[in-house]
Amino acid sequence: MATQQRPLSPHLQIYRPQLTSVLSISHRITGVLLSVGLVPLVVWLVALGRGPEAYAAVMAVFSHPLAVVLWVAWSFALFYHLCNGIRHLLWDAGLFLDLKSAYATGWTVVVLAGVLTALAWGVWS
Amino acid sequence: MKFRNPLANALNHGSAGDGVGHWWAQRLSAMLMMVLTAWSVYAVSVIVGGDYATIRAWLGQPVHAALASLFVLTALYHATLGLQVVIEDYVHQRAVEMFLLISIKLLAVISALVVVFSMFAIASGV
Repeated sequence: MATQQRPLSPHLQIYRPQLTSVLSISHRITGVLLSVGLVPLVVWLVALGRGPEAYAAVMAVFSHPLAVVLWVAWSFALFYHLCNGIRHLLWDAGLFLDLKSAYATGWTVVVLAGVLTALAWGVWS
Repeated sequence: MKFRNPLANALNHGSAGDGVGHWWAQRLSAMLMMVLTAWSVYAVSVIVGGDYATIRAWLGQPVHAALASLFVLTALYHATLGLQVVIEDYVHQRAVEMFLLISIKLLAVISALVVVFSMFAIASGV
Protein backbone atom coordinates (compact mmCIF):
# COMPACT_ATOMS: atom_id res chain seq x y z
CA MET A 1 0.00 0.00 0.00
CA ALA A 2 1.42 3.39 -0.98
CA THR A 3 0.56 5.79 1.82
CA GLN A 4 2.77 8.74 0.90
CA GLN A 5 1.31 11.58 -1.20
CA ARG A 6 2.74 11.09 -4.65
CA PRO A 7 2.26 13.48 -7.61
CA LEU A 8 -0.73 12.67 -9.85
CA SER A 9 -1.09 13.20 -13.59
CA PRO A 10 -3.36 16.15 -14.53
CA HIS A 11 -7.09 15.46 -14.16
CA LEU A 12 -9.42 15.17 -17.13
CA GLN A 13 -10.93 18.67 -16.68
CA ILE A 14 -7.52 20.22 -17.45
CA TYR A 15 -7.64 19.11 -21.09
CA ARG A 16 -9.58 20.88 -23.84
CA PRO A 17 -12.29 18.58 -25.21
CA GLN A 18 -11.45 17.31 -28.69
CA LEU A 19 -13.31 15.12 -31.18
CA THR A 20 -11.33 11.99 -30.31
CA SER A 21 -11.90 12.24 -26.56
CA VAL A 22 -15.57 13.28 -26.91
CA LEU A 23 -16.31 10.33 -29.24
CA SER A 24 -14.46 7.99 -26.88
CA ILE A 25 -16.54 8.87 -23.82
CA SER A 26 -19.68 8.99 -26.01
CA HIS A 27 -19.08 5.34 -26.89
CA ARG A 28 -19.27 4.46 -23.20
CA ILE A 29 -22.25 6.75 -22.51
CA THR A 30 -24.26 5.35 -25.45
CA GLY A 31 -23.27 1.82 -24.36
CA VAL A 32 -24.67 2.42 -20.87
CA LEU A 33 -27.84 4.02 -22.31
CA LEU A 34 -28.36 1.06 -24.67
CA SER A 35 -27.95 -1.34 -21.74
CA VAL A 36 -30.73 0.55 -19.93
CA GLY A 37 -32.76 0.36 -23.16
CA LEU A 38 -32.70 -3.45 -22.94
CA VAL A 39 -35.11 -3.20 -19.99
CA PRO A 40 -38.08 -1.87 -22.05
CA LEU A 41 -37.19 -4.36 -24.81
CA VAL A 42 -37.43 -7.27 -22.35
CA VAL A 43 -40.68 -5.83 -20.89
CA TRP A 44 -42.14 -5.56 -24.42
CA LEU A 45 -41.27 -9.19 -25.29
CA VAL A 46 -42.71 -10.45 -21.98
CA ALA A 47 -45.95 -8.50 -22.61
CA LEU A 48 -46.14 -9.96 -26.13
CA GLY A 49 -45.82 -13.45 -24.66
CA ARG A 50 -48.40 -12.83 -21.90
CA GLY A 51 -51.35 -11.78 -24.03
CA PRO A 52 -53.30 -8.94 -25.68
CA GLU A 53 -54.24 -7.16 -22.38
CA ALA A 54 -50.66 -7.00 -21.09
CA TYR A 55 -49.47 -5.95 -24.55
CA ALA A 56 -52.04 -3.14 -24.80
CA ALA A 57 -51.06 -1.86 -21.33
CA VAL A 58 -47.37 -1.78 -22.22
CA MET A 59 -47.99 -0.18 -25.63
CA ALA A 60 -50.10 2.58 -24.01
CA VAL A 61 -46.94 3.66 -22.16
CA PHE A 62 -44.49 2.92 -24.98
CA SER A 63 -46.44 4.95 -27.60
CA HIS A 64 -46.66 8.06 -25.40
CA PRO A 65 -45.02 11.06 -27.18
CA LEU A 66 -42.37 11.31 -24.44
CA ALA A 67 -41.53 7.62 -24.92
CA VAL A 68 -41.25 8.17 -28.69
CA VAL A 69 -38.64 10.89 -28.01
CA LEU A 70 -36.72 8.25 -26.03
CA TRP A 71 -36.98 5.71 -28.90
CA VAL A 72 -35.49 8.26 -31.31
CA ALA A 73 -32.67 9.02 -28.84
CA TRP A 74 -32.08 5.30 -28.30
CA SER A 75 -31.99 4.59 -32.04
CA PHE A 76 -29.37 7.33 -32.48
CA ALA A 77 -27.37 5.85 -29.57
CA LEU A 78 -27.63 2.43 -31.25
CA PHE A 79 -26.40 3.66 -34.65
CA TYR A 80 -23.65 5.73 -33.05
CA HIS A 81 -22.45 2.81 -30.91
CA LEU A 82 -22.65 0.51 -33.95
CA CYS A 83 -20.61 2.83 -36.22
CA ASN A 84 -18.08 3.77 -33.55
CA GLY A 85 -17.87 0.10 -32.52
CA ILE A 86 -16.86 -0.79 -36.09
CA ARG A 87 -14.27 2.04 -35.82
CA HIS A 88 -12.92 0.37 -32.67
CA LEU A 89 -12.81 -3.05 -34.37
CA LEU A 90 -10.83 -1.52 -37.26
CA TRP A 91 -8.39 -0.03 -34.74
CA ASP A 92 -8.10 -3.45 -33.09
CA ALA A 93 -7.14 -4.82 -36.51
CA GLY A 94 -4.37 -2.18 -36.65
CA LEU A 95 -6.07 0.07 -39.22
CA PHE A 96 -6.60 3.90 -39.22
CA LEU A 97 -4.48 4.41 -36.11
CA ASP A 98 -2.77 7.67 -37.16
CA LEU A 99 -4.16 11.03 -35.96
CA LYS A 100 -5.48 12.14 -39.36
CA SER A 101 -7.43 8.87 -39.83
CA ALA A 102 -8.74 9.04 -36.24
CA TYR A 103 -10.36 12.41 -37.08
CA ALA A 104 -11.57 11.33 -40.54
CA THR A 105 -13.20 8.13 -39.23
CA GLY A 106 -14.52 10.09 -36.22
CA TRP A 107 -16.43 12.59 -38.36
CA THR A 108 -17.59 9.74 -40.63
CA VAL A 109 -19.09 8.00 -37.59
CA VAL A 110 -20.92 11.16 -36.45
CA VAL A 111 -22.41 11.84 -39.91
CA LEU A 112 -23.23 8.16 -40.57
CA ALA A 113 -25.00 7.77 -37.20
CA GLY A 114 -27.20 10.80 -38.02
CA VAL A 115 -27.94 9.59 -41.56
CA LEU A 116 -28.79 6.05 -40.40
CA THR A 117 -31.12 7.39 -37.69
CA ALA A 118 -32.93 9.59 -40.26
CA LEU A 119 -33.13 6.70 -42.79
CA ALA A 120 -34.42 4.23 -40.19
CA TRP A 121 -37.16 6.58 -39.00
CA GLY A 122 -38.01 7.28 -42.64
CA VAL A 123 -38.68 3.55 -43.06
CA TRP A 124 -40.27 3.06 -39.63
CA SER A 125 -42.77 5.96 -39.66
CA MET B 1 10.44 -18.26 -13.39
CA LYS B 2 8.22 -16.01 -11.33
CA PHE B 3 9.32 -12.44 -10.77
CA ARG B 4 6.35 -11.47 -8.62
CA ASN B 5 6.73 -10.94 -4.93
CA PRO B 6 4.92 -13.78 -3.05
CA LEU B 7 3.23 -11.10 -0.93
CA ALA B 8 1.54 -9.72 -4.09
CA ASN B 9 -0.01 -13.17 -4.70
CA ALA B 10 -1.14 -13.45 -1.10
CA LEU B 11 -2.79 -10.02 -1.22
CA ASN B 12 -4.39 -10.73 -4.64
CA HIS B 13 -2.53 -7.88 -6.31
CA GLY B 14 -1.64 -7.72 -9.98
CA SER B 15 -3.36 -9.05 -13.10
CA ALA B 16 -6.47 -11.20 -12.64
CA GLY B 17 -5.37 -13.22 -15.66
CA ASP B 18 -8.74 -13.22 -17.46
CA GLY B 19 -8.51 -9.87 -19.27
CA VAL B 20 -7.80 -11.36 -22.70
CA GLY B 21 -10.88 -13.59 -22.52
CA HIS B 22 -13.05 -10.58 -21.66
CA TRP B 23 -11.51 -8.58 -24.52
CA TRP B 24 -12.26 -11.32 -27.08
CA ALA B 25 -15.77 -11.94 -25.74
CA GLN B 26 -16.59 -8.25 -26.10
CA ARG B 27 -15.27 -8.10 -29.70
CA LEU B 28 -16.91 -11.34 -30.86
CA SER B 29 -20.28 -10.40 -29.33
CA ALA B 30 -19.87 -6.97 -31.00
CA MET B 31 -19.47 -8.65 -34.41
CA LEU B 32 -22.56 -10.76 -33.78
CA MET B 33 -24.47 -7.61 -32.76
CA MET B 34 -23.55 -5.95 -36.10
CA VAL B 35 -25.45 -8.65 -37.99
CA LEU B 36 -28.31 -8.88 -35.49
CA THR B 37 -28.78 -5.07 -35.46
CA ALA B 38 -29.38 -5.18 -39.23
CA TRP B 39 -32.12 -7.77 -38.59
CA SER B 40 -33.59 -5.65 -35.76
CA VAL B 41 -33.96 -2.60 -38.05
CA TYR B 42 -35.89 -4.82 -40.49
CA ALA B 43 -37.90 -6.34 -37.61
CA VAL B 44 -38.97 -2.91 -36.31
CA SER B 45 -40.10 -1.91 -39.83
CA VAL B 46 -42.38 -4.99 -39.91
CA ILE B 47 -43.58 -4.62 -36.30
CA VAL B 48 -44.22 -0.85 -36.20
CA GLY B 49 -47.93 -0.02 -36.47
CA GLY B 50 -48.94 -3.70 -36.51
CA ASP B 51 -51.62 -5.14 -34.24
CA TYR B 52 -51.03 -7.75 -31.53
CA ALA B 53 -51.99 -10.83 -33.57
CA THR B 54 -49.93 -9.81 -36.61
CA ILE B 55 -46.80 -9.04 -34.57
CA ARG B 56 -47.09 -12.27 -32.55
CA ALA B 57 -47.56 -14.34 -35.69
CA TRP B 58 -44.58 -12.72 -37.40
CA LEU B 59 -42.25 -12.94 -34.41
CA GLY B 60 -43.49 -16.50 -33.75
CA GLN B 61 -42.00 -17.81 -37.00
CA PRO B 62 -39.02 -20.04 -36.10
CA VAL B 63 -36.44 -17.88 -37.94
CA HIS B 64 -37.58 -14.61 -36.36
CA ALA B 65 -38.14 -16.15 -32.91
CA ALA B 66 -34.58 -17.50 -33.02
CA LEU B 67 -33.12 -14.21 -34.26
CA ALA B 68 -35.07 -12.19 -31.67
CA SER B 69 -33.83 -14.48 -28.88
CA LEU B 70 -30.28 -14.31 -30.21
CA PHE B 71 -30.52 -10.50 -30.45
CA VAL B 72 -31.62 -10.06 -26.83
CA LEU B 73 -29.23 -12.71 -25.43
CA THR B 74 -26.19 -11.36 -27.30
CA ALA B 75 -27.14 -7.78 -26.37
CA LEU B 76 -27.46 -8.76 -22.68
CA TYR B 77 -24.07 -10.49 -22.79
CA HIS B 78 -22.36 -7.61 -24.61
CA ALA B 79 -24.01 -5.06 -22.27
CA THR B 80 -22.90 -6.97 -19.16
CA LEU B 81 -19.29 -7.08 -20.41
CA GLY B 82 -19.37 -3.35 -21.18
CA LEU B 83 -21.10 -2.30 -17.94
CA GLN B 84 -18.59 -4.40 -15.98
CA VAL B 85 -15.69 -2.34 -17.39
CA VAL B 86 -17.50 0.97 -16.78
CA ILE B 87 -18.22 0.00 -13.15
CA GLU B 88 -14.65 -1.22 -12.59
CA ASP B 89 -13.29 2.05 -14.01
CA TYR B 90 -15.48 4.59 -12.20
CA VAL B 91 -16.73 3.03 -8.94
CA HIS B 92 -13.97 3.22 -6.39
CA GLN B 93 -15.71 1.98 -3.23
CA ARG B 94 -15.12 -1.76 -3.23
CA ALA B 95 -18.45 -2.66 -1.58
CA VAL B 96 -20.52 -0.56 -4.03
CA GLU B 97 -18.47 -1.88 -6.94
CA MET B 98 -19.07 -5.52 -5.98
CA PHE B 99 -22.78 -4.86 -5.38
CA LEU B 100 -23.16 -3.30 -8.86
CA LEU B 101 -21.09 -6.01 -10.59
CA ILE B 102 -23.18 -8.79 -9.03
CA SER B 103 -26.45 -6.91 -9.67
CA ILE B 104 -25.88 -6.43 -13.42
CA LYS B 105 -24.90 -10.09 -13.83
CA LEU B 106 -27.95 -11.36 -11.93
CA LEU B 107 -30.21 -8.97 -13.84
CA ALA B 108 -28.76 -10.17 -17.16
CA VAL B 109 -29.27 -13.86 -16.28
CA ILE B 110 -32.86 -13.25 -15.07
CA SER B 111 -33.67 -11.18 -18.19
CA ALA B 112 -32.20 -13.89 -20.42
CA LEU B 113 -34.39 -16.60 -18.82
CA VAL B 114 -37.52 -14.43 -18.95
CA VAL B 115 -36.93 -13.62 -22.63
CA VAL B 116 -36.26 -17.24 -23.62
CA PHE B 117 -39.47 -18.43 -21.93
CA SER B 118 -41.46 -15.56 -23.51
CA MET B 119 -40.06 -16.36 -26.95
CA PHE B 120 -41.00 -20.03 -26.44
CA ALA B 121 -44.56 -18.95 -25.64
CA ILE B 122 -44.66 -16.63 -28.67
CA ALA B 123 -43.19 -19.25 -31.03
CA SER B 124 -45.42 -22.10 -29.86
CA GLY B 125 -48.59 -19.98 -29.78
CA VAL B 126 -49.33 -20.68 -26.07
